[in-house]
Formats: sequence, structure tokens, C-alpha cells
Amino acid sequence: MINSISLTVNGVRRDIALPDPRVTLLDLLREQLDLTGTKKGCDRGQCGACTILVNGRRINSCLALAISHNGADITTIEGLAQGEKLHPLQAAFIEHDGFQCGFCTPGQIMSALGLINEGQAGCDPERIREGMSGNLCRCSAYAGITEAVLDVQRTLAAEKERRVA
Amino acid sequence: MKSFDYVRPASIPEAVSAASAPGAAYLAAGTNLLDLMKGGVSRPDRLVDVTHLPGLDRIEPLADGGVRIGALVRNADLAHDASFAKAYPAVAEALLSGASAQLRNAATVGGNLLQRTRCAYFYDVASACNRRVPGSGCDARQGENRLHAVLGWSDACIATHPSDFCVPLVALDAVVEIEGKGGRRNVKLEDLYRLPADAPEWETVLEPGDLIVALKLPGDASDFAAHARYLKVRERTSYAFAIVSAAACLRLERGSIAEARIALGGVAAKPWRAHEAEKVLAGGAPNGETFRRAAEAALAGAKPSGDNQFKIELARRIVVRALSLAASGTPERIPALPASPFSSVPGALHDA
Repeated sequence: MINSISLTVNGVRRDIALPDPRVTLLDLLREQLDLTGTKKGCDRGQCGACTILVNGRRINSCLALAISHNGADITTIEGLAQGEKLHPLQAAFIEHDGFQCGFCTPGQIMSALGLINEGQAGCDPERIREGMSGNLCRCSAYAGITEAVLDVQRTLAAEKERRVA
Repeated sequence: MKSFDYVRPASIPEAVSAASAPGAAYLAAGTNLLDLMKGGVSRPDRLVDVTHLPGLDRIEPLADGGVRIGALVRNADLAHDASFAKAYPAVAEALLSGASAQLRNAATVGGNLLQRTRCAYFYDVASACNRRVPGSGCDARQGENRLHAVLGWSDACIATHPSDFCVPLVALDAVVEIEGKGGRRNVKLEDLYRLPADAPEWETVLEPGDLIVALKLPGDASDFAAHARYLKVRERTSYAFAIVSAAACLRLERGSIAEARIALGGVAAKPWRAHEAEKVLAGGAPNGETFRRAAEAALAGAKPSGDNQFKIELARRIVVRALSLAASGTPERIPALPASPFSSVPGALHDA
């Protein structure tokens, strides 16, 4: 019987006892590791509030059994800022009013980070909207969210161009 | 969620053996299964976690020019595999029109094939559902059924199969490689699924312990690459299941249709191959009149199972539209809104 797993969470190795195999990554983060930045919205894979990166890829942590992810490298919203310095996506969400109540925001930002890593959307707002469609925002801050992601994508594209030049 | 034993086999034979026990279920990404378990719809006693099995995450060319896709390849990885998307553009487009980016990053090829219906009465354990509890009845018959089946349904069950991915796959004669207690065998994807008849609980031809290890596309499936589309009507632009969808693949020679493949999604308990429509198209001119005749043939046996008469004409129009788009050529890049009938190009007509 496997009753413990080891994860790297925001760069820190954690050995975790799992007496009950029913625990999802979401519940593990929130209940056992006290990382409550990742939100539980629907708990059924429909809202995206629980989005985290697992081995660099965005997934719904509510539909992932922790016990199946032994050895995984996990990044949550708590892992983005460097001390007091916000991650560029966090700063862009503030700059562009990408939220109102803020409940969906950690999931939105982690999803946006995943989207940028995937490299499929570029600076096309339609592709960004489509790529972010797994994250619902009941305050409907979608226009600001798209602007925030576009802003970071444009900055990255400009930096890349400067490096090439 | 009911408690269960968790088993992590090290090899395929170990997995098959562990999953042959009554009450056992395979766990891959769990994007559908965990949802069902949280709702009490699925109540396995044992989960056999296949995500750590070696060798099932590869996309490999076959000697006949086809491709073999390991059952654990993630939906997103397959859709974004450049050579796969170039050879089978309708399959890539279908994949990208399904679920959300987060779910596509997790969901596996094998799991997609075996996802359960999204019928609300199947999901609601307080409702009668012959698929969930054999013999209990079907509350969908007198319930909210505008999205239910119009082909191949029975009095016992009017649910639909929700997969997008499977629709172009059945059109392209995909084959499923299965390992079971008796060894390995191949089953055509179209034959993997059973129509409900009087036993909707038997959704596939799989036996206890059977594990899908790979999916194969034959060599001729890439002959349609230049004229292949998947089109999907949803109740919102993205992140929704199909009301009706269609895969249309054409092989054109000297201005006429040498060979055609058509399949429909959202209309039946299985991805629905329209063989009769393909016969209508073969040898014909790729124009609206031919496409309309093909659409009539595709839906010839359709009948409403409730408040869903509209789906029959909608399906005909989607077939015509998918064929027209396929005839005009596969786009260089998958559109920003994959499979959407609604163009993001200003001024483009949206009506079929």
C-alpha cells in the first residue's frame, strides 16, 4: 500500500503522508500544506479556479489525485512573486483591472502562465481568449484579463526581439 | 466519494490482472472518472493507476504509413504534434475544440475514447437511468432532452457520446489496440461502442480487465490531409460539448470527389460514421447540391427522441458546411476558434 508521496512545491521538496487515496492535489495544497491561494470553485473541472502548474503544464488540481502524482514538480500562485516583487502577470492583472472580487484570479494567473509556456497564442487576442476559456470569471473581468495576458505576451515578444537583435 | 483501494501496476499484464477483479476501474488522468466518483455516479472499489506504465506515451510511425498513438499521450500533446496535425488536421482541430486547455493537458487518448455520456440524468444519481442502474428507467425521455440523440437511440436510453476526438477518428477508420486476459487484439473504433438497444449499460465491447494501449490510424488516413475539417456547434463559443458536430474529409482528384469520409458527433451514443453519405459523395462534384444530398443521406434514419427535432436539420447543415469548408482546403493553421462555425473575421457570414 502506497501511503506517502514526495512533491516539489514552489521549489521546496515536501514528503507527504497520504493515508486516504481520495485526496486531490487541490485538497492536499489547501488542507495539508496550507497553500490556500489555489481556490476551490466548482471542484468538478468546470471553472478553472484550481489551476496550477504540474511539471510546467496547467491542469485542474481538483481532478488530479495526489497519490497519482508522486515526484511531480508543482507551482502554485504562492510561487510566483519574488519577495515583494510581483510576477509580471500579477502586476499586469492589477494594471489592467483583470479582476473584481479576486476569487478566480489565482487560477486565471496560473492559467495565463501555462498559456504563455505553451507558446500557441502569441499576441492574438482571439487565441488568448480561446486559450483562457477554461477559467470562468463571474465578475466578468474578461476584457481586463485578455489585456493583461496580451500585455505580458507583448513584453516577452519585445524582449525576445531585443535579444535576437 | 466512496473509498477505494489504490493500485499502481508496473507493467501492462500486472494492470490487466489487477483490473480484472469485480469493481476495479482504470485510472488515467481522471478528468472524467474523478468527476463521476465525486458525484457518486461511478463507485469503484479499486483504482488501477495506469499513468506510470512505461511506453504508452509515444507517437510512432507505422510501416503502412499510418501512425500509432500510445494510450497515455495527452490530448494537447497530440494536437500540437506538428507532423500529426499536418497529416490529420481534422483530428487535431477536433482535439483543440474539446474541453479546456487545462483538461487537454491532462486528458489521455485512451481516456477520451472511454469518456462517459454527459446526459444530466446519468450524472444525477436521484434520476432514473438505465445506463447507470440497469432497469431503473430513463428520466431523460420525459425530461430536458433537446440535446439528446437523434440516431441509434432506443426506448431504454437516448444519451449521446460526448467526444470530439472520436468523430474524425471513426471517419478515418481508426483502430484501437487492446490488451486483455487473452492477449492483444485490434478493434475498429467504430465497433468499440455499442448502441444502447435494451442494454445501455454495456457501452463498449471491452471485457473486464481490457486495457486500451494504443490507437492506430491506417496509412490512407493521411490522404485526406489537404481537405479535412471538423465543425462543432456549441451553446457557447468555447469550452462546451457539441450540440452537433461533423468531421468531413475529402480526397479530390481532377476537380471531383475521389473519396469522402463523414462522421457526426453529438447525435448518437457513439461517434456516428455516415457510410451512406460517403457513397453519395464518391465520384460527385464538390458543390452545394452534392453536399446537400450527402447530408440527407447521413440523417436519413434520424428521428427525434424528445424536444430535439431541430438537431436533425442542424446536423444536415453542419454536414454541408463541414464539406464546403473541407472542399475549400484545410487552413494553413488551425483557426483561433477551432471547429467553430462562427468566424472571427469581421464581415464573414455566420449562417450555414
